[in-house]
Amino acid sequence: MAYSDKVIDHYNNPRNVGQLDKASSEVGTGLVGAPECGDVMRLQIRVNPETQVIEEAKFKTFGCGSAIASSSLATEWVKGRTVDEALKIQNTDIVKELSLPPVKIHCSVLAEDAIRAAIGDWKKKNGVAEGAEVAQPTAR
Amino acid sequence: MSATVNGNGNGNGSVTAPAGVKLPIYMDNHATTQLDPRVLEAMMPYLTTIYGNAASRNHQFGWVAEQAVETAREQIAKLIGASAKEIIFTSGATESDNLAIKGVAEMYRERGNHIITQVTEHKAILDTCKRLEKAGYRVTYLPVKADGLVDLEDLKRAIDDKTILVTIMFANNEIGVVQPVAEIGKICRERNVIFHTDAVQAVGKIPVDVNKMNIDLLSLSGHKLYGPKGVGALYVRRRNPRVQISEQINGGGHERGMRSGTLNVPGIVGLGRACEIAGEEMEAESKRLIALRDKLKHKLEGSLDYIHVNGSMEHRLPGSLNMSFVYVEGESLLMGINDVAVSSGSACTSATLEPSYVLKALGLGDDVAHSSIRFGLGRFNSEAEVDYVADKVIDVVQKLRELSPLYEMVKEGIDISKIEWQAH
Repeated sequence: MAYSDKVIDHYNNPRNVGQLDKASSEVGTGLVGAPECGDVMRLQIRVNPETQVIEEAKFKTFGCGSAIASSSLATEWVKGRTVDEALKIQNTDIVKELSLPPVKIHCSVLAEDAIRAAIGDWKKKNGVAEGAEVAQPTAR
Repeated sequence: MSATVNGNGNGNGSVTAPAGVKLPIYMDNHATTQLDPRVLEAMMPYLTTIYGNAASRNHQFGWVAEQAVETAREQIAKLIGASAKEIIFTSGATESDNLAIKGVAEMYRERGNHIITQVTEHKAILDTCKRLEKAGYRVTYLPVKADGLVDLEDLKRAIDDKTILVTIMFANNEIGVVQPVAEIGKICRERNVIFHTDAVQAVGKIPVDVNKMNIDLLSLSGHKLYGPKGVGALYVRRRNPRVQISEQINGGGHERGMRSGTLNVPGIVGLGRACEIAGEEMEAESKRLIALRDKLKHKLEGSLDYIHVNGSMEHRLPGSLNMSFVYVEGESLLMGINDVAVSSGSACTSATLEPSYVLKALGLGDDVAHSSIRFGLGRFNSEAEVDYVADKVIDVVQKLRELSPLYEMVKEGIDISKIEWQAH
């Protein structure tokens, strides 16, 4: 499969890789996907409690190059936005930016889910009214 | 913390190819092999000046072509312990498999309607069997054990008085596991059931003897043993017992009526020469490949945790190694080592988004199947290439694991199998 230059760039130089303190009230964590489906994304945001601006974002992804690129791009895009602005990011924007082929659209959907899940987690911690929630894995 | 993954294009990552190693490296010899220059040399006259139709009986153009075909038939027969008259030329192993299975099913319909195969067969076998199921045949798909081998007791139990054919591959294309073919042949002979084996991956790599192994029908292909594409053969036993098949292609009655169509003389000459070379060099070459494969395995195991071999190490083709690099997705690994041609069992590399059915048949979870890479070493791979590939894979796996939330969780002591993931 041929990858777009942008996918290759994110794969070779992934932005914002890492981990934020899950326990912090300023941090929201989204963990989406499933190992048996071949992709798992963890996207974390640190939100300024005064301004509700996402000041930091980190990710780690198990998945194909397109999944890595989608989540790397998602961290770039959420940074500097308020949580409400970040919720407006749609998977189709990611598809367009990375020129993902149809078979890789699910990677962009997962990245959008990851953003929503991280914001949902932050809102829950901070008692903010819930927006669209995304199912997250739970310990069983 | 950050991770940088190299490997865009020309191996410009932190692992560089040593002098003498030319990129890209081909290490996918289960898929196909490079045409041996000696094979091409044998074929060239038949692609240029010797163009007769081997079926032309009335002039020397035909006679010369026919002679070349008969020489090739001898060369192929010799490699598998058959006689020349038992070799039927086809377009490749898929056609040979179709001809064998459908040909037996049709010919022996009066005797029974039951066929036995196993779950890790190539699609050329499985899809042919499925087609016959629609036509009223009964097919038993034997499971395999965790090491990829069929259980002979399962086979014995599956045979009934309506069983006409057992078709079990010699060696698997994905995991390289070699089935107990001689034992299967013995069981089939005792129970008076025809035994077909798809031996595409085995012929020319390991010893094959149709008489010692009681094989009645055997499929082989040119391009898997350094011969040309588009040519293959089906061995059809003529004696003890004589096996008959219904032809699937009608026409001029070539190949004693079993496969009509003008013979692909250059391809056949190439297949013959490829078999001759394989026979001469098999012993030394298999030792060399086993040493290279084991070196690759040991280097990877020496530097990486959470990796394992899929399928039996003991019953395995010399150049074959299928490994799972757990917590790294296969396609992303291929992307990082894109100056090395290998294959992955990952769903993402296929159009279906389903991970390899062969790996799943071994009992591997989908997550581990997604992490698998098949290395196929062949005649033209060198030790320097193996060293480079090992270093490159280690480098990329380590970088991708820095990116992997699963690897991080496991390292922190979290049991990820206890997490209720949301399948999507």
